[in-house]
Amino acid sequence: MSVLVDKNTRLVVQGITGSAGGFHARQCMEYGTNVVAGVTPGKGGQMFGGKVPVFDTVWEAKQKTDCNVSMIFVPAAAAADSILEAVDADVDLVVCITEGIPVMDMMRVKEQMRGKKSRLIGPNCPGIITPGACKIGIMPGYIHKEGNVGVISRSGTLTYEAVWQLTSRGYGQSTCIGIGGDPINGMSHLDAVKIFNEDRHTEALILIGEIGGSAEEEAAAWIKDNYKKPVAAFIAGMTAPPGRRMGHAGAIVSGGKGTAAGKIEALKAAGIAVAETPATMADTLIAQMKGKR
Amino acid sequence: MNIHEYQAKELLERFGVATTRGKVASTPEEAEAIARQIGDVDLVVKAQVHAGGRGKGTFTNGFKGGVHVVKSPKEVREVASKMLGQTLVTHQTGPQGRVVNKVLVAESADIAREIYFAILLDRQSAAPLIVASTEGGVEIEAVAEKSPEKIMREHVDPLAGLQPYQTRKLAKQLGFSPNESKAATKLFDGLYRTFIGLDCSMVEVNPLVVTTKGEVLALDAKFNFDDNALFRHPEVAAMRDTAEEDPREVEASKHGLNYIGLDGNIACLVNGAGLAMATMDIIKFYGGEPANFLDVGGGATEEQVTEAFKILIADKKVKAILVNIFGGIMKCDIIAQGIINAAKTVKLSVPLVVRLEGTNVEKGKQLLKEGGVALITADDLGDAAQKAVKAAKERST
Repeated sequence: MSVLVDKNTRLVVQGITGSAGGFHARQCMEYGTNVVAGVTPGKGGQMFGGKVPVFDTVWEAKQKTDCNVSMIFVPAAAAADSILEAVDADVDLVVCITEGIPVMDMMRVKEQMRGKKSRLIGPNCPGIITPGACKIGIMPGYIHKEGNVGVISRSGTLTYEAVWQLTSRGYGQSTCIGIGGDPINGMSHLDAVKIFNEDRHTEALILIGEIGGSAEEEAAAWIKDNYKKPVAAFIAGMTAPPGRRMGHAGAIVSGGKGTAAGKIEALKAAGIAVAETPATMADTLIAQMKGKR
Repeated sequence: MNIHEYQAKELLERFGVATTRGKVASTPEEAEAIARQIGDVDLVVKAQVHAGGRGKGTFTNGFKGGVHVVKSPKEVREVASKMLGQTLVTHQTGPQGRVVNKVLVAESADIAREIYFAILLDRQSAAPLIVASTEGGVEIEAVAEKSPEKIMREHVDPLAGLQPYQTRKLAKQLGFSPNESKAATKLFDGLYRTFIGLDCSMVEVNPLVVTTKGEVLALDAKFNFDDNALFRHPEVAAMRDTAEEDPREVEASKHGLNYIGLDGNIACLVNGAGLAMATMDIIKFYGGEPANFLDVGGGATEEQVTEAFKILIADKKVKAILVNIFGGIMKCDIIAQGIINAAKTVKLSVPLVVRLEGTNVEKGKQLLKEGGVALITADDLGDAAQKAVKAAKERST
């Protein structure tokens, strides 16, 4: 009923002794996530919350606890190194929540990750959640509901918006992936679509994009030829003035490429239903699902 | 963040990139002294403002042109005295113009050939990409559209960096003669080191020129810096000139808020950049115009929310305010308390539409109810946008 993370996920939290890392590690544990280890250099030997052992290195955490997914809350200046540390320890999935990582650092991380087994979600993302089973990230747990809709998004709060609309209408989610809004990130829209395509329980997808880059267009092209289930999408930034940077470093409109209009056109050409406003993301998908049945 | 032309020149010189000889001056006397140092050549005096279109601009004192080529140090002084302290209006400054506090005095290059040369961080390949063309000094986008074969692209390996063979190849492709080739490759290499060394997302040299004497020079450079990396470059961060920016944005950045001023009349306060953009989109969809983009982020404090609110209220164009919060890390009660605090210190003179959802939503709604702030509540995003547009229209008529 899910992709990437589930009940069997064994999570290590890098930066668990920091205030944000600690707070969200606790929230994830309360949701039911199996947090098996924490890592903070120099704090090895401590116990977090009385039951989670803290290690100095991810290598050691992996040896002792067999953790297979990492969640990163390390400050931006050191976060790229933390991603590489998790990759070096051979975890299956690295979820980097940290925002504000210099883009050159991510450029080098991306290059060094080539050919490695670990996948990366983020940075600058809300994380990933399989409702009812495993929450890795900063999303409010209660808005989610177990079900069969996959959600892929570049924006955190806009993901919550889509999820809440689905849940309020009785539609649960298989897994929701916040891929993050930075110009260079790990998993792309297309990577996530391919992963959902392998999951027979995911019956439909919501794809949320933003202006800038060409990731949404690439996903649309692949969906057109390969993905047969209903897909709805929304692109934020229709009214953003050109050439301005809007928070997410990703939201840069340049040279006429990556505009909202261009992305919407590409999505529609792939048979994807595009929501006219962010208030109708779920309704657009539901209409599409009813139409395809 | 944008920097001035003279600052760009200083940065390039630091990395050994050849530019024209010149310096920045704050007074006519200084300008003349710099001109004397440069020597007996044609000189150019350039008004230092961030806006483009300086050459064709006009000063409010009637003096025409923010860029002048002159023959002598005495003339430099005369021109500088007509620019300094004066307001320059160009097609990019708006009618209010910009005050010129500094002028760049430089040797006027005798140009034989102009080239376009830029290095940017390419998202798709996640690597530096050099984009160059023999058609410099013109609208490069028009060149790319009409004759794409005239645009050279060279990808750089992010870990290995720019290789000597690549600079030689580019020099050949850009038609440098054997005599000029060494200077050209040295310049390309210097630009690449500038790009990497300062965490740029783009360095654009337009034009890169070959002079009649055969020198290869970067005549003007535009820098885009990665804001996330400015902590590594305090000297670059110090180049920020807040006099050149929207005062609302300057105020917002003091409080760590991500704000961009726009021209509409519905102010928005939202958490998350994507939702903030989507909120602007839905305002427009229902026939309204957003007054700003404002992302208070995930970890904003009560004080930050209060300051954000003050900035929104201070904008005289604003006819309605829309607060749209979907709490994740951001807790709704923090937003509510920030709104209440702001309403206590500044008089709220326009309708306020509030839509709260997510973490601690009940607590937030309760606080607003008890806080005595007059507001219009909304159940969902569509409802909130329609109410805000309606309120702004009623105010405007």
